[in-house]
Amino acid sequence: MTRLVTIAGPPSSGKTSVLLKAIDHLKTRGLKAGVIKFDCTVTYDDLAYEKNGIPVKIGLSGALCPDHFFISNVEECLEWGEERGVDILIIESAGLCNRCAPHIKDALAICVIDNLSGVNTPKKIGPMLKLADIVVITKGDIVSQAEREIFTFRVKQVNPRAAIVSINGVTGQGAHDLGVLLETASSLDSLTGQRLRFSMPAATCAYCLGQTKIGKEYQRGYVKKMKW
Amino acid sequence: MNETASIPLDTLSQTHPYAKEFFLAIGLKDVAGHLTAKQLVSGLTDDFVEDCGLDRTQMLQHFTVFIQKMNDLRNAPQKQIDSLSIIGGRNKNGEKEDIILTLRPGDIVCVVGPTGSGKSRLLADIECLAQKDTPTGRQILVNHSIPDNEKRFSIEHKLVAQLSQNMNFVMDLTVAEFIAMHAESRMISDVEETVQRIIACANDLSGESFDRSTPVTQLSGGQSRALMIADTALLSPLPIVVIDEIENAGIDRKRALDLLVKEDKIVLMSTHDPILALMGDRRIVIKNGGIDAIVETDHQERENLKELQLIDMHMSDLRNRIRSGRRIDFDMKEYFNSTL
Repeated sequence: MTRLVTIAGPPSSGKTSVLLKAIDHLKTRGLKAGVIKFDCTVTYDDLAYEKNGIPVKIGLSGALCPDHFFISNVEECLEWGEERGVDILIIESAGLCNRCAPHIKDALAICVIDNLSGVNTPKKIGPMLKLADIVVITKGDIVSQAEREIFTFRVKQVNPRAAIVSINGVTGQGAHDLGVLLETASSLDSLTGQRLRFSMPAATCAYCLGQTKIGKEYQRGYVKKMKW
Repeated sequence: MNETASIPLDTLSQTHPYAKEFFLAIGLKDVAGHLTAKQLVSGLTDDFVEDCGLDRTQMLQHFTVFIQKMNDLRNAPQKQIDSLSIIGGRNKNGEKEDIILTLRPGDIVCVVGPTGSGKSRLLADIECLAQKDTPTGRQILVNHSIPDNEKRFSIEHKLVAQLSQNMNFVMDLTVAEFIAMHAESRMISDVEETVQRIIACANDLSGESFDRSTPVTQLSGGQSRALMIADTALLSPLPIVVIDEIENAGIDRKRALDLLVKEDKIVLMSTHDPILALMGDRRIVIKNGGIDAIVETDHQERENLKELQLIDMHMSDLRNRIRSGRRIDFDMKEYFNSTL
C-alpha cells in the first residue's frame, strides 16, 4: 500500500532540493519514492527527479488555481503511485498564494519555507503552514544563528503542533531527519471520501471563467470587496 | 485541552504572559482579555476565520499546544551537556574508524582535511546525533548515553549552533532591535540588560566599534562576526558551536574563542588557519571520509602559537597603517623582529 505525503511551500523555498535529499535517505532504507509535481505554467523539476531515478509525473494547471486542479486529480495520483509500486508517494504543489490549503487530513503534510522570506512571513501564510505536520526551514546556511532561532520561534508561534526540521538543501544537512519523519506517513487505500484540512481559496467569479473586462457590471459570482 | 481555553485570557496571562500573543500572531488586532479563548474564538467573524486559515476547533487546539510549548520553552534551563562522544564508523572505503572521542564543555577541537574529505559530514553527524544510520555509520552519544529517538528529530532538542563565513544578517533591524527580538524569542525577562551586555561584548571582540542604532545589515564583516559570536555565546541556548573559519580581519579571534569557552560551549572549528588551529586543544584529521588521526596540540606548538600571534599582530598593525593612509616603506625584517 502506498503512503501519501503532501508538500507545499512558496516558490523557490527549496521544496525540490529538500525532497531529493530526503528521498536519498528513503533509498538507503529500501523504500521507493515517487513524486507528482503540480505547477501552473511550466516546470523543470521533473528533470531533477528523473536524473535521480525517481518516478515523476507533472500536472500543470494552466489557467486554473493549482490547488483546485490538484485536489480534483489526487485520487488518480494515488492510483499512479500504486501502479508503479511506489512505497511513499509525495505530491508537491506550488504554493503560489499564501492562502493555499493543499493538505489532506490523513496524509502527512509538509510545508517548506526559507529563512530569507522575512520574520513576518510565518504569520502571513495560511493553512499550508499552520496545518502542516512538519515544517521544513531552509537556507539557514546563509543567515545568522540568531535569525535561524528567531524564525523557528515565529513558526512555532503559528503552528505549535508541527515538528520543525532545518535543512540545508545544498549539503543535505538535516535531510536525514526529514527522511526518518517521511517513513512515518500512513498508508491510504483510497482518497475517496477523505477531507482537506481546510477549505481551499474560493474561485467562482466571472474572472475565473475568462472575463477580462473591469467594472461592476462584469463582476459575477463570489465577489469580495475591500473595506475602506 | 479545554482547561487553558476556559480561563479568561487576562487571568491566564498572569502565569503565561505570552497567552495573548497567540491571537496577535494569527492576525487579531486586539485581544479582549476578559474573555476565555473559547469565548474569543466563538465570537470571531467567519471572514476572519476564513482569512486566518484555521477553523475554530483547530485554533483552540493550536492555542492549547502553544501555551504548553511556550511554557516549556520558558522553563527550559539553559541546555547543558556534560559530554559529547563520537564513536567511529567507517571511511569511504568501508575501513573502520577505530576511535572514540569524548568532548567536554570548554573544549576547542579543530577539524582539518582537504576539500571533499568529509569534514562537513562529520559536523552533520554531530548535528543530527547520528546513530549508525548515516552514510558514515558513526554514533554520537550525549552524556555517555544514546539520545531518545523522539528528541533527535525535534528542533527543541537540537544541540548545535552554527557560524560560518557565508552567514550574513538579512533582517532590516538595528543592532538593539535585533538582539531584543532574539531575546524575546528566548523568553528572556530582562531584554534591555541582555541587549547592552551583548553589544558591549561584541564591541570588545570587534576592531571597530558600533552602536545600538546601527542597522545589522550595515555592519562590516568583522563587526558582523563579532556580533554573531557574542550573540551565540550569550543568547543561544545551544551547547555546541560549530564554526567554519573565522576571517582574520576586524575581530579578535583569541577573545572570541575565549568567550565561547567561558560560556561552557563545546567548540568545533573547521579551519586551516595555523593560529586558529593551534588555539584548539586538538585537531581531528579527516581523510577519505573518515577520521584518520587525532593530533593533540603539544607544548612546542603552543610556544609556536605565541610567535605566530606576534606575526599576526604585526600584520594587523600594517593593516591599520594602510587604513590610515600611511606608507610601509621601512625595513620589514627589522619590523617583524621588533616586539611592537
